[in-house]
Amino acid sequence: MDILIQQLFNGLTIGSVYALVALGLTLVYGILHIPNFAHGALYMMGGYITLTMMTKFGLHYWIAIFVSIIVVGFIGVLMERLVFHPLRESPPIQDKIAAIGILLFLEAFAQYTWGAEYQSMPSPYGQVVEVFGLTLTMQRILIVVAAVIVMILLNLFLRKTYTGSTIIAMSQNREGANLVGINTTRVAMLTFMISGGLAAIAASISAPINLVFPGMGQLVILKAFVIIILGGMGSIPGAIVGGYIIGFSESLGATYISNDYKDIIAFFILVIILTVKPTGLFSKGGH
Amino acid sequence: MIFLETKNLTKKFGGNVAVNNVDFTVEKGKINAIIGPNGAGKSTFFNLISGFHSPSSGQVIFKGQDITKLPSNKIAELGVARTFQTTNLFDQATVLDNVIVGHRLRTKSNLFDAILRTSRLKREEEQCREKAMEVLEFVGLEHLAGKLAGGLTQEEKKRTAFALALATDPEIVFLDEPAGGVNPSETDGLAELMQKMVDKGITVCLIEHKMQMIMRIAHKIMVLNYGEKIAEGRPDEIRNNETVIKAYLGGSASA
Amino acid sequence: MSAVLNKRNIIILFVLVSLVFPLITTNTYLIHVMTLAFIWMIGVYGLNLLAGYTGYLSLAHAGFFAIGAYGLGILTVKAHMSFWLAFVLSLLITGLLGLIVGLIALRSKEHFFAIYTLCLGYIIYLVIDKWESLTEGVRGLIGIPAPQGFGPIKFETEKSHYYLVLFFLLLVILVMYRIVHSLSGRSFIAIRNSEDLALTIGISTARNKLTVFVLSTLFAGLSGALYASFVRFIGPDIGNTAVIFDMLTYLIVGGIGTLTGPLIGTLLVIWLSQLLQDFQQYRMLIFGPLLTLLVIFYPRGIVGGVTDIYRKRMAKKEKQLAGKKDSYIQSDLGAKNQVKEG
Ligand SMILES: Nc1ncnc2c1ncn2[C@@H]1O[C@H](COP(=O)(O)OP(=O)(O)OP(=O)(O)O)[C@@H](O)[C@H]1O
Ligand SMILES: [Mg+2]
Repeated sequence: MDILIQQLFNGLTIGSVYALVALGLTLVYGILHIPNFAHGALYMMGGYITLTMMTKFGLHYWIAIFVSIIVVGFIGVLMERLVFHPLRESPPIQDKIAAIGILLFLEAFAQYTWGAEYQSMPSPYGQVVEVFGLTLTMQRILIVVAAVIVMILLNLFLRKTYTGSTIIAMSQNREGANLVGINTTRVAMLTFMISGGLAAIAASISAPINLVFPGMGQLVILKAFVIIILGGMGSIPGAIVGGYIIGFSESLGATYISNDYKDIIAFFILVIILTVKPTGLFSKGGH
Repeated sequence: MIFLETKNLTKKFGGNVAVNNVDFTVEKGKINAIIGPNGAGKSTFFNLISGFHSPSSGQVIFKGQDITKLPSNKIAELGVARTFQTTNLFDQATVLDNVIVGHRLRTKSNLFDAILRTSRLKREEEQCREKAMEVLEFVGLEHLAGKLAGGLTQEEKKRTAFALALATDPEIVFLDEPAGGVNPSETDGLAELMQKMVDKGITVCLIEHKMQMIMRIAHKIMVLNYGEKIAEGRPDEIRNNETVIKAYLGGSASA
Repeated sequence: MSAVLNKRNIIILFVLVSLVFPLITTNTYLIHVMTLAFIWMIGVYGLNLLAGYTGYLSLAHAGFFAIGAYGLGILTVKAHMSFWLAFVLSLLITGLLGLIVGLIALRSKEHFFAIYTLCLGYIIYLVIDKWESLTEGVRGLIGIPAPQGFGPIKFETEKSHYYLVLFFLLLVILVMYRIVHSLSGRSFIAIRNSEDLALTIGISTARNKLTVFVLSTLFAGLSGALYASFVRFIGPDIGNTAVIFDMLTYLIVGGIGTLTGPLIGTLLVIWLSQLLQDFQQYRMLIFGPLLTLLVIFYPRGIVGGVTDIYRKRMAKKEKQLAGKKDSYIQSDLGAKNQVKEG
């Protein structure tokens, strides 16, 4: 029983990270209809920048994260401007390949700049606490709480501000948004900025319990793709719910099925979804 | 026997009924036209007949055979061809190469024939090439056979799309706005071409917004509005039909 | 000048040069690198057949490469089968798995297909990595035999192995050439252009796509089996996504959807990487942005770029010639065309 609760909490932690990454991915998909294969590289960059800010520049954890959000958000905007914007009219295969090019570059860049080793990120929240008889690290609690706060803020931004509602409007109907005078270029840039920022947050809060290395984004992005297919490509609540579903199935699967194969669980879910419904769950009807 | 007919054909997209209970018969060897305001469900109606969408209910019957559930490619094999509202040719290939593949469905050679370069493949390739030249000549584009499709004018693209449809050896062609985005004198040329198809024994069914042309060449017209058939008859009957006039004046008329 | 550089002549030139290459160099290292390049080319042709001619970007092909390699490795090392029997069986296994995967994967399209295959590739990698009783896991499979000889012909030296791989490569090129220039090839290209249009002209897109998918996994498997018998040691890393990204780089640089693209791209990138020496592990600092830039400016790579330039020049010449004959009418048409192209 204890193990079960412990694993449920682990699922909550992993799920929170996945949900943040998937949110960024789904926002970009909603706006531009591109699966951003380079999103995992943004996540990785987020981890490294926070780490560097802390170790090289001696910044406090939270300030380091803030810098990381800005920098990665900016990388996201650059990506949109330099790559995806020029490719918006091209056949769908091309934006995927372009994204892969960026991914390869960023990974090589990280390896060149920071080395291939696994590095650990010191966190001011290393202490262990007891809650309801459970032994938890502060960092894990922090992950869950921070993720929830970020999601609430994002939701408020999207629903309650004008700028946020333009993002929603554009993801629902691009041409319509253009017609009613929304500056689609600006919205696209903003979306990439948020998407990069979310990836940076996810990486920075999870890095202390995982590790920082050039390939750290690879598995995460794959799972984020599974999540947004599970939750419906472009759907914001879908990304959150999907994130927690995958988080829980993984942590439970690791305990009760096999720790070796826990990473397969997400892909297994995907294979089943696409076998049953090739256009993803919750896709709009017609063709 | 009725050549092609739809019975109670209905298509719903979510709550939106794009085609509502439409009974329609196509007259063989004639030019049949479908008109209606934007969003009336005309293209959807074509998509249902050609197997692109499966209807929510109703039937499509071609020469006595129920083709409602057949996949598009099987329907094409039966002799039902179509063009799209937006022409999607392969711009980087020549006009001839674009059209040659249109006769593929009448050939049998497979991958092994390709790898071994059998005589069957060579014969069928020749057959496809001849067919392509024949239909290009028919639509009056033989002089452009070697040109890249990307460099064609809108009217030439429309003609190429006709040629591609004709290369499948159809008995009936469904043309979705064949004269869309084409200037008036070119429209006349296309109208002539459709007449020529009928003369050759191919039944034509088209969607058009250009009323003058429709009134001149169509033998029979059906009017759709909000997915429903509101009128059907000869051009002069349609021209004087109260409901039709109202639909066009009240709705988003664009003719 | 470019007229000499058409695909037929490039292939002929390639055949001639590759035939004499081992005779003009005694450097076995060069021969080794070249043999590896040939092996990759076969896999890249597989990727090209699918992504280049039907438009379906499969990111699972490193997985099929690994299945071919491990098929051969396991059947020879663990089941002690004779080399060529194991070779044929490993191809059959790859093709069969390709068929099963294709049946499911091809129901999805575009993004879904790419994501699906990327995840599938990862599953294959993970299974190889974790199923230690079968694959030896991270320890890898050691002692894969070199190909059995036929009578006096042996494949123990670098040179003889080089020619064996070259033989298979030329076979693949021949098959590709014939497919692309057949009615089947035309059907595939029609599918790439527009699946809806292909369906309306009576092409069974489902069957054609499945055929191409299986054939392309077979090429990947062949490439993998040859790799295993050449390097004679394999680890799970050969199924990693890094491998598919390398293959994709070769293809994009050379020219996706072109016949000679895989040859040119693979040769160029592999030899350039060799020049980078110690910097090789950071090669993606150069090739990553190159990939992105090519897709933006020359989506059909070097081969496509050269063809376009050549075509434009020809069109210009034609216009000039025609202009002299009938200046009035043609100049009118010419002006119209220029506007369209611009
Ligand atoms: N694939 C689809 N999914 C959802 N709704 C669709 C789909 N295709 C068409 N519709 C809807 O069905 C209705 C009819 O559309 P359709 O394209 O058939 O009209 P149309 O008569 O061809 O118009 P136009 O003259 O503009 O071409 C429209 O409201 C459209 O939004
Ligand atoms: Mg329409």
